[in-house]
Amino acid sequence: MRRKLFYVLAAPLAAVAVALVISSVVLLFAGSNPLTAYSNMWEFGTRLETLMSTLNRATPLYLSGVAVAIGFRMNLFNIGVEGQYIFAAIIAAKVGAEINLPPVLHVSVIILTAMVAGAFWSGIAGYLKVARNVHEVISTIMLNAIAVSGVVAYLLGVWDVPDESLDTALPTIPESGWMPPLNNLFEIFTREIRRVEVWGFLLVAIAVGIIYHFLINRTRIGFDLRASGENPTAAEASGTDPKKMIMAAMLLGGAVAGLVGLPELLGDSHAYNLRFTRNLGFNGIAVALLGRNHPVGIAIGAFVIGWLDRASGVLEVRGDAPREIVAIMTGVIILAAVVAYAVVERKRREEEAAAAAAATAEAKERLEAQRAEERQVGDTEGGGS
Amino acid sequence: MASAVLLEGITKRFPGVIANDGVNLDVAAGEIHAICGENGAGKSTLMKILYGMQPADEGRMIVNGQEVVFSSPKEAIDLGIGMVHQHFMLADNLTVLENIILGSEPTLSGGRIDFKGARNHIIEVGKDYGLTVDPDDLVEKLEVGERQRVEIIKVLFRGAKILILDEPTAVLVPQEVEELFRNMRDLKAEGHTIIFIDHKLDEVLEIADTITVIRAGKTIDTVKPEDVTARDLAELMVGSELPTPETRESTVTDHVVIEAIDACADDDTGSPKMRGVTMKVHQGEILGIAGVEGNGQAEFVEALMGMRPLTSGVISIEGVRMKGWGTRQRREAGMGYIPEDRTRRGLLAGFPLWENAMLGHQSMEPFVSNGFWIQPEAGREHTKKVVEQFDVRTPSVEVAAHALSGGNQQKLIVGKEMSANLKVLIAAHPTRGIDVGAQAAVWEELRHARAAGLAVILISADLEELIGLSDRLLVMLRGEIVAELDPGDVTPRGLGAYMTGAAVQGGGS
Repeated sequence: MRRKLFYVLAAPLAAVAVALVISSVVLLFAGSNPLTAYSNMWEFGTRLETLMSTLNRATPLYLSGVAVAIGFRMNLFNIGVEGQYIFAAIIAAKVGAEINLPPVLHVSVIILTAMVAGAFWSGIAGYLKVARNVHEVISTIMLNAIAVSGVVAYLLGVWDVPDESLDTALPTIPESGWMPPLNNLFEIFTREIRRVEVWGFLLVAIAVGIIYHFLINRTRIGFDLRASGENPTAAEASGTDPKKMIMAAMLLGGAVAGLVGLPELLGDSHAYNLRFTRNLGFNGIAVALLGRNHPVGIAIGAFVIGWLDRASGVLEVRGDAPREIVAIMTGVIILAAVVAYAVVERKRREEEAAAAAAATAEAKERLEAQRAEERQVGDTEGGGS
Repeated sequence: MASAVLLEGITKRFPGVIANDGVNLDVAAGEIHAICGENGAGKSTLMKILYGMQPADEGRMIVNGQEVVFSSPKEAIDLGIGMVHQHFMLADNLTVLENIILGSEPTLSGGRIDFKGARNHIIEVGKDYGLTVDPDDLVEKLEVGERQRVEIIKVLFRGAKILILDEPTAVLVPQEVEELFRNMRDLKAEGHTIIFIDHKLDEVLEIADTITVIRAGKTIDTVKPEDVTARDLAELMVGSELPTPETRESTVTDHVVIEAIDACADDDTGSPKMRGVTMKVHQGEILGIAGVEGNGQAEFVEALMGMRPLTSGVISIEGVRMKGWGTRQRREAGMGYIPEDRTRRGLLAGFPLWENAMLGHQSMEPFVSNGFWIQPEAGREHTKKVVEQFDVRTPSVEVAAHALSGGNQQKLIVGKEMSANLKVLIAAHPTRGIDVGAQAAVWEELRHARAAGLAVILISADLEELIGLSDRLLVMLRGEIVAELDPGDVTPRGLGAYMTGAAVQGGGS
């Protein structure tokens, strides 16, 4: 048991340590004192408000990470979460603004719309792979460009509300389609949270994580999906249709990707506009890698990356270091994590193989002892007759 | 004669187990030296050490009179040691030529690859040793025997003088084995030294100049083939007699379980590979299908399991036509499948054993409830039973499948398929690469299942196994059934003649 825990923790801890060392070197080169920088970051980062705002950052990152992870489990590299969530966000924002429903229902319709839109967009890549054998990396990259620079840019123009502000934005979703903040919930345990509203979508993200865990590990479709990802030919021989699995993984991933833009849309901006947060899809790949596609791992990955992003603001304000140092740190953590995971995994495999070999040897010894005994019995019987 | 390879006191420990325990091996230059032993005896580990893939913990290695320590296969290759692995290490999407030169490309000036020179060299090597391959064929289109030849040429191309062949005959039919042995003798005549791992004792006695037997990580004895019988060798290997694959008293009924009528199918390139196969299997019957690999048996198996569409004809189970049925539907209808290539078709290497044991039955009770929720406990319980009944040697059902040795993996696959509720079992090479003890266990299970009313289609390259187990034998050649034989009055040699087309069954008789 302790061994198992060691294997789980060794890699990420090693990754963070390596990242700290390398970042320190970079900071020194940049003429800053790494210790001051870190202590300032730590001091600012452990404030309640920073932690709460980290949650706001981590929520969409988590959803994005899960969306990518679903593809990874099936050996699909879905780089298209970026396009999928931007596309889904603008469609959901438009639908949400056009309808008027009672509170819970209104939000549910927006969520459903976003999932369908996301699944539709990723489904195109899935279809191209199944029907035309187009690699999903190629098609999702293309679809990202089409979604972000094509479809969404066009729709923004068409759906823009002409008003006195010069902002390009869709109409605002009525209040029945907003998600209330969770500040009251957190304040049961903490002091009053100032200046930050914790987005309510956090709860949806947690639910998605739980559903993801059960779907992948406890259901038939999850088993089929993982089997196809591990060994497609063996999965086929077990009765799994590889094409259906590709489609299922792409659609599921796309549906979750569709949710990525919603924490912000439902909790903060309430309208799609030009300032809408980008790049969450790409960061989701890093989060999934850090979290090893594990529901809890992804959560930790999302929190770490979100925290670095939020806590780093202080570096620039205090003049400790350029904010870009965090981009370097994030990159190094991910790289170090991937390497560390590979090393630990190999070690674990070796030990497992050795244990299996030991079991074989033990069984063999037992068998030989048995044989020897039988022979002896045979000899005595032979001697007696 | 001088030693080409001399290993002294080689010891290799893994945590909790000693794979090699002071192994001594003396291979004379220019001889064919066989290493025999059961699965898990430590043969592969020893060869990995010799080939530089793993370091030994203790012991000395002397190659061509010089003490060596390898830290990678590259160093072994540089000293003229080459290895042909049991699982071929070829890139499917490259040609034979590209595969052979991969990693040691001959270059012209300016870094261009000398394809022409390489092609000539390969053809020359092929001629010298009778290793015929077309350098421009795609490897994915090659049959197993041809792939093996590519592997051997690859090793020779790198200048190997000492060849390690890891169970080279496991995948071959007798005629191919003979060809391989011819190649080996030619290589020996040219001064090459060959170390080969095998546990088919007749073969070892036929080809080897010297035989070293390893058991439980120790060298048991080194003998000359003229001094021992197959029985002696078996005794040395396992300490007991060799079992034989015999089925007695027929349990065949007249109830047809699975039937193919005029079934045709194409291979992946779209050329016809199965031309009008007609056969039926009854309850309680084992139907053996013999054939040189690549004559349509693999396609037939895939068509039966719904992984390859028929271009015409019918396959039906208990009178119901299975047209349009997917693999899952067929499995749910009671079809089981032991694939010929366990790593490709049978295992999820990184998954625990219990999930592997569910594979193929994940849509059925008790592994799933309401057709949706996977039942891990049912899977674990079932797997424990399989592990016990089929003697799968593993510390627990939680270890990943890749941790097990090949023989234990095979036992798990055979066990999980045979413990399901089956009407038909399609067994493609069910005992390939497993040791005599495990082989006997699989045979025993097949006989039991047959007596219990299972219909079995058995495809095997081991002709003794085919003849010993089958109630009826069909021979496939070029996609057609060319002969139906009674296993009671056919020898492996006679069967081989039908398989290669040297003998033809007359229309009347």
